[in-house]
Amino acid sequence: MSELHTVNVTINGKKYERQVEPRLLLSDFLRHELGLSGTHVGCEHGVCGACTILYDGVPARSCLMFAVQANGHTLTTVEGLAKSQTELHPLQQAFHEAHGLQCGFCTPGFLVTLVPFLEENPRPTEEEIREAISGNLCRCTGYQHIVDAVKLAAEKGK
Amino acid sequence: MKPASFDYVALDSLEAVLALKAQHGDEAKFLAGGQSLIPAMNFRLAQPALLVDVNGLAALNFIRRVDGELRIGALTRQRQLERDPLVKQHAPLVAEAMPFVAHPQIRNRGTLGGSLAHADPAAELPVMAAALGAKLKAVSARGERWIAADDFFRSLFTTDLAADEMLTEIAFPNLPPRAGTAFIEFARRRGDYALMGVAAVVTLSGDGVCRDARLVYLNAGETPTVARKAAGLMRGQKPSSSAIEAAAREADSEIEPMGNVHASPAYQRHLARVLTRRALTTAFERAQA
Repeated sequence: MSELHTVNVTINGKKYERQVEPRLLLSDFLRHELGLSGTHVGCEHGVCGACTILYDGVPARSCLMFAVQANGHTLTTVEGLAKSQTELHPLQQAFHEAHGLQCGFCTPGFLVTLVPFLEENPRPTEEEIREAISGNLCRCTGYQHIVDAVKLAAEKGK
Repeated sequence: MKPASFDYVALDSLEAVLALKAQHGDEAKFLAGGQSLIPAMNFRLAQPALLVDVNGLAALNFIRRVDGELRIGALTRQRQLERDPLVKQHAPLVAEAMPFVAHPQIRNRGTLGGSLAHADPAAELPVMAAALGAKLKAVSARGERWIAADDFFRSLFTTDLAADEMLTEIAFPNLPPRAGTAFIEFARRRGDYALMGVAAVVTLSGDGVCRDARLVYLNAGETPTVARKAAGLMRGQKPSSSAIEAAAREADSEIEPMGNVHASPAYQRHLARVLTRRALTTAFERAQA
């Protein structure tokens, strides 16, 4: 086993300090070390998008980063999207209303990808939405209801 | 699906990075975007003893014009390349190809230098470097040198970089006046590795005759594949559909697609002919505009 490294990281506004092995993937760090199991792990080679998180505000695959790389950085996971435990983020609400999920496994990755997308582009075209979610796989919905949910969130956010 | 054990060092000085690389050579790998390296490590196809995290080298993240060239730092993220106005203006071929590079989340992390040093023949950025005649700056504790793109890519995942060298900067030369560029690829889904792809760079003389042409293919051999004879057929010709068709046929003799589970070599060759025709036609239209 190689030397342990200290990771100081802010996640969803909360500070954490842990000792980690360099080879620990950020996705496993979130789930196994911190219990933030909202971030899902699908393929572990960057194809499915389920593990997407915000790294300094920018969507990234947490399975393609090491936990040590989070040292000194700010992360947001799906748990950090809604303002409180009792309400949904407007995009989560739109997913709920437009049937944007079935089994829900891919949903955290979609949400985390789409929240900054809508902040940057509040009135996207359908093509822009489909390009934005091109890096997220969903095996249930056929994507149509996800696109509908994004349109609904954009409409409500006007 | 978990990486093997390794040692990790994050440094924010190029001098310290180069000293460490000189000491450890091939045992040490640079960690930039990690979007090709970490999947390879997750599959244990790569098991480096030491990862040198270079994300702290902020001086290697830039896009600027120097002496009529577009100079881009190796650590520049692919998403920046995709959106940068200087890239759109001076290397429109790169801006056109970027949306085809994996997915937005990957491009947020993946770097220009990382993709070039990885030298995947199916990747877009090595084709850009070869098509535009880019120069790549390699730096080591011994000094620095510029390498022409044609000499940089040696074979599958293999470059001219020595074990103690680091790719730090890429220079894209100015396009001549009346130049036109185009990139087209065919993939099963957006963001997948393309089955075939081609970049065309053409220049017209005053009388509308093709003065120069260059065709470079991805996934058509062990490196970005330059079709010199096919491009040569265009020189001195008016860009007619018959001349373009002749070049597209000639390119068939210069590419060596290996085929994969999704496409036989014959199908890749068919794609190359069709995409060459389209890319040349578009590039000439843009040169005429």
